[in-house]
Amino acid sequence: MNYSWNWAVLVQDPYVQWLVWGTEMTMAISIAALIIALVIGTAIGVLHSSDDRIVRSVMGAYISVFRNVPLLLQMFLWFFVVPEILPGGAGRWLKRDLPYPEIVTSIIALGLFTSSRIAVQISAGIDAVPRGQRMAARASGLSMLQVYRLVLLPQAVRIIVPPLTSEILTIFKNSSIALTIGVYELTAQTQQIQSMTYQGFEAFTAATVIYVTIALLVTLLMRGVERWTALPGTVSGGVSVQF
Amino acid sequence: MTKTEMIKVDKLSKSFGQLQVLKDCSLTVRQGEVVVICGPSGSGKSTFVKCINGIEEFQDGQVTIDGVSLGFRGREAAKMRARIGMVFQHFELYPHLTVLENICLAPIHVLKRTRDEAEARARKLLNRVGLADKESVYPAQLSGGQQQRIAIVRALAMDPVAMLFDEPTSALDPEMIGEVLAVMLELAREGMTMIVVTHEMGFAKAAADRMVFMDKGSIIEIGETKRFFEAPNSERARLFLSRILAH
Repeated sequence: MNYSWNWAVLVQDPYVQWLVWGTEMTMAISIAALIIALVIGTAIGVLHSSDDRIVRSVMGAYISVFRNVPLLLQMFLWFFVVPEILPGGAGRWLKRDLPYPEIVTSIIALGLFTSSRIAVQISAGIDAVPRGQRMAARASGLSMLQVYRLVLLPQAVRIIVPPLTSEILTIFKNSSIALTIGVYELTAQTQQIQSMTYQGFEAFTAATVIYVTIALLVTLLMRGVERWTALPGTVSGGVSVQF
Repeated sequence: MTKTEMIKVDKLSKSFGQLQVLKDCSLTVRQGEVVVICGPSGSGKSTFVKCINGIEEFQDGQVTIDGVSLGFRGREAAKMRARIGMVFQHFELYPHLTVLENICLAPIHVLKRTRDEAEARARKLLNRVGLADKESVYPAQLSGGQQQRIAIVRALAMDPVAMLFDEPTSALDPEMIGEVLAVMLELAREGMTMIVVTHEMGFAKAAADRMVFMDKGSIIEIGETKRFFEAPNSERARLFLSRILAH
């Protein structure tokens, strides 16, 4: 292989700056999308666990649509198709006046896609809480909203911390798809460095290291969350049950 | 209706799809009365008790608590439920809350008591059942008997007009049954209105004013405790008693 290595490009101006901007953009769209996904995903997941058959099936439909259509296609749909099919004013506003349209669109697409996956986890977590908990909470006079907020969700979230961790890891990796609608996140910046300097190996190595570092930090953080929410006397908290 | 009728169940019927689990069950419990429901498993005892505070829905009949008719949904139904304490077979303490938080949850969020008020009341009740030192531990750190006593305290903290017990000792190791029954017996002596589903016939003899015998979703017999044990009216109750008292 005839490749002349030059690791120095990574610390040269402006390429080092591009990597920093890319990392910042990746963090920004991932975290914004994660917030959307957690809020909407929790709401949909809670409603999906309801006893009402109609509510259940409507939430099931939402989950099916956003979970089963490829993320790349969803990005394209939100960016190219939705502004065209929305009636008059709204469509025009999206095309002409929406600030940073590619960034906003990528956040919404990534957020809604991930919300469907988080909804499934929340719903499964709630189902995993013993039936009697709901019964005891209702018997004490709590309203349905209070039953979820005070009794079911705190237990469900503890159950789903491990799968939730991989979902958060995935959202950082999936954010790279935003490059297809023109967001200059980490992968896009790396590609740009490659096309400007022809030092692709160095650029993509740098991106790899940065993605892995983010993943490790998230994993570490979530382990902390797991430890912090573990209940004394339960096995998951590392403390044996004592009688 | 007289003032002393605390719980009145009138022709209650319930089915799961095709399967009818309760048929025309009627029962009136007076204030301060202790009623024990017994019967073979699958006879609908638990379902019947759960219908009384509306956590199980029923298709037909009416439940009246302290003169107010019970519905299933909305704030009114929740308010009604708050007035009846319920103790479950599997305790159902909230595992993510400490003992004190378990007891104070409903008083704070349903009765809108201040935290200080709720905690003071909780500590008083914990003291009574001998578990004052356990207020800051989590349910998983307690024995079954301790958990069930906490569950009773949690129900009492709502100052209920009546208490329902759904097989409160069935999930307990034999050596822990006594401590739970002792608390229940004391409650009965203090004049709490109670409906208890249990197989503990010793407790029934000591505490119950009246016995209810259920089989296959129907109330077969209601009788004064002493008479029920000495000479039950129905053949089915006699058979049941001979089996359960034999050992």
